Amino acid sequence: MARHVVATVDDIPAGQRMLVKVGGREIGIFNIGGEFFAVSNRCPHEGASLCKGRIVGLVESSEPGSYQFSRRGELLRCPWHGWEFDLRTGKSWCEPDRTKVRSYDLKVEPGGALVEGELQAETFPVVIEKQYVVIEV
Amino acid sequence: MADGEMANAKGPGRYAGAIDCDLHPAVPGMNVLLPYLDEYWREMVSVRALDRLNLALTSYPQNAPLSCRPDWKLADGEKPGASLQAMQEHVLDRYQQRFGILNCLYGAQVMHSGDMAAVFCRATNDWIRDEWLSRDPRLRASIVIAAHSTEHAVAEIERRADDMRFVQVLMLVSGEVTLGRRQLWPIYRLAEKHGLPVGIHAGSAYRYAPTAVGWPSYFVEDYVSQSAAFENQLQSMISEGVFAKFPGLKVVAIESGLTWLSGFAWRADKTWKGVRAEVPWVTRAPSEIVREHVRFTVQPIDATDEAAAILRLIDHLRSDELFLFSTDYPHWQFDGDAALPDGLSASLLRKIVSDNALATYPRLVKADRAMEIAV
Amino acid sequence: MSIVELERSGAARSRLRIIDCDIHPAMTSWTEVHPYLAKQWIDHLSVYGSHLRHAFSEALSHPRMSPDAARVDAYPEEGGPPGSSLELMRTQHLDPNGVETGMLIPLRWNPGSQRNLDFGVALTQAMNTWQVERWVKNEPRLRASVLIAQEDTGASVAEIDARAGDPNFTQILVLPKTDEPFGRRRYWPIFEAAVRSNLPIAIHVGGTNGHPSTGGGWASYYMEEHNTVAETMQAILTSLVFEGVFERFPQLRVVIMEGGLGWIPSLTARMDKHWSRLRSEVPHLKRPPSEYIREQVWFTTQPMEEPGTAAQLIDLFDRIGWDRLLFSTDYPHWDFDDPRYAFRANLSEAQRDQLLYGNAQAFYGLP
Ligand code: FES
Repeated sequence: MARHVVATVDDIPAGQRMLVKVGGREIGIFNIGGEFFAVSNRCPHEGASLCKGRIVGLVESSEPGSYQFSRRGELLRCPWHGWEFDLRTGKSWCEPDRTKVRSYDLKVEPGGALVEGELQAETFPVVIEKQYVVIEV
Repeated sequence: MADGEMANAKGPGRYAGAIDCDLHPAVPGMNVLLPYLDEYWREMVSVRALDRLNLALTSYPQNAPLSCRPDWKLADGEKPGASLQAMQEHVLDRYQQRFGILNCLYGAQVMHSGDMAAVFCRATNDWIRDEWLSRDPRLRASIVIAAHSTEHAVAEIERRADDMRFVQVLMLVSGEVTLGRRQLWPIYRLAEKHGLPVGIHAGSAYRYAPTAVGWPSYFVEDYVSQSAAFENQLQSMISEGVFAKFPGLKVVAIESGLTWLSGFAWRADKTWKGVRAEVPWVTRAPSEIVREHVRFTVQPIDATDEAAAILRLIDHLRSDELFLFSTDYPHWQFDGDAALPDGLSASLLRKIVSDNALATYPRLVKADRAMEIAV
Repeated sequence: MSIVELERSGAARSRLRIIDCDIHPAMTSWTEVHPYLAKQWIDHLSVYGSHLRHAFSEALSHPRMSPDAARVDAYPEEGGPPGSSLELMRTQHLDPNGVETGMLIPLRWNPGSQRNLDFGVALTQAMNTWQVERWVKNEPRLRASVLIAQEDTGASVAEIDARAGDPNFTQILVLPKTDEPFGRRRYWPIFEAAVRSNLPIAIHVGGTNGHPSTGGGWASYYMEEHNTVAETMQAILTSLVFEGVFERFPQLRVVIMEGGLGWIPSLTARMDKHWSRLRSEVPHLKRPPSEYIREQVWFTTQPMEEPGTAAQLIDLFDRIGWDRLLFSTDYPHWDFDDPRYAFRANLSEAQRDQLLYGNAQAFYGLP
């Protein structure tokens, strides 16, 4: 496990996503209203690039014909077969215990707090004043 | 016989204590219903000569080989299934059945006029009560309703609810609307309330072509298409949320052919994972819903290797509680005493022959307890 | 919690080599067919558009859960609908998935369902030429299908005859929602022409004929409607068998496309069982239905069944017959199957090659 600085917070506005490559893996970074989450770009079903999916809300129902909509923008719908994944946990909606997209620990840290080694590992300059997205892979 | 041992006892004895979930009594003619009609309808029968109409369903042409097993035919061209005595001899006594459930298929339930349909359904149920249920204590019956006339159907269910010998509500698999539609929900609400499973029987009211590609030429095609109709209707009931709304409801698919169930479950589950946001009340995989709510009578078993087919279904659906014994009397689905194939374990045989039905029909259990006490 | 890691079904271990039997080409703009349509029909199309037996003149009766029924990642950057860019089709599908041959299945306008027969016929002719000019000529891996407007039997036969012998075309294409069950005699000249031309008939999900999608009424939800395609295919296969099409045309070969696979063994057994009871009604059938199906019918694999266990999938293939299965992706549609992962079972190298390549190679007589 190593920590990787992958983007500045400003690179990914709220509701947006960014695809990064870390150690050969493709990882999607998602900004949900200021909170950041990282999941693998590979759908556990047939391998679609999840980052290309639509970001959707959660629809639940108390009884047939009622649609309760919540958690706007917190789920990712696979661009192929439409399975929904919870960006906070990686769990699929239909089979939360069996099917999950790999999620990664992610922290937002100020440039000043980043240790020397991490700064050098990345391909873009890190400045003290900015906030950075750091994931552990 | 010990559990796990193969139930290889040959002959009719292996079904002793069976609950036969699909027996077809035939209404011999409208004249038997006359005593149950009011003055207006009796006059209409006479004025319009309704009693001269043969209301046998197109789904079961009276003389088609499927409609009656050769050795179950009655003398004098009597309609197959019209004789209680013959039914006793052919199945009830022969298989020492504990209960037999009558599913009367008659034109009443498909008449276009909801009023006329309801009147003849009601008369049919009265006639079944008097001429069948009251004459053999083993018999139970499904309530015949005109499902397309929901208000009448509900009234008829209410009318029968106190008579515990009526154990189920009967509908045809293809009617005027797909069976999940909410206009039918009053029927399901009442069925749930009274502990009546909804029995969906093969057959069509022929409001539409029996297939999505139009009208086939031959009866055999119509009959083959029935299993697909069951697939359609289960999908409808699941999608519309019938089982979410009525968690206590049980559905029994009667004479559906059975083996289509694997493919149905796989496809329904797969599709659900992709589009469930359209129907958010479907919170479980369709196969799970089926496992909890739907049961299937075993004749016919559409397979050449019947025992293996049943075991395969149990593997695919992960349950041995789904299948209910039936002879489909007098329809010709099997020969001799092969209502179930050889090669099922004794414990599985017992489940199919009686235990599963007792778990499905709460009214049978009550009757069963009452009988035990009486003994 | 165990995380389900994506297991490659093995295909990826060696280089992929596939024949994709179901690729949907689209038009960037419908003016693409103008060169192949008479002015009368160009005008007709602009003024009256599609005239079908359902409520919306241009849209499908049940809105899909994915726009254009397509993969979200299949929209060309330069605009146009999924399937309209050859470049994207190459970089996204043909190249990475090792497609050596791909069968084009054009679906636009439902020509076979057009109520105006002449219009439908004109569309099929135009779309057939369009497939060759726009696709096959620019991409030698692709093959066209002879789309026909089956309700006009004479015109269909003429179109088949016109394309017969043209190596750009590998099959005849019909959508299953025909006006009458496709086995009925009015369609037999089409089967005759197919045999004469040595072209198989592909029946691909689609079409609209005014009949409800179930024998008991219309589906409400897309979730229901989507699954009715399997029952529709069952009905059309049942019709072909019991009408005696296979008995009368023993050389005829049919491939059922995108109808799923799970129902095949049960339907076949059901036909056999009830045929044995009711055969006096169909004396023209000389053999059990299963035999005709086993010899004259093939199936494309997408959407792949996903049973609970790998063993159940293998058992299903065993019971259908491994040599009857032709791999397909349905690119660029949403229910696309990826050749690496679609089969959730450990297949041997030989089995994989048979499903992904060998069966279709033999079926279409490809080198
Ligand atoms: S590949 Fe993601 S849902 Fe199938």
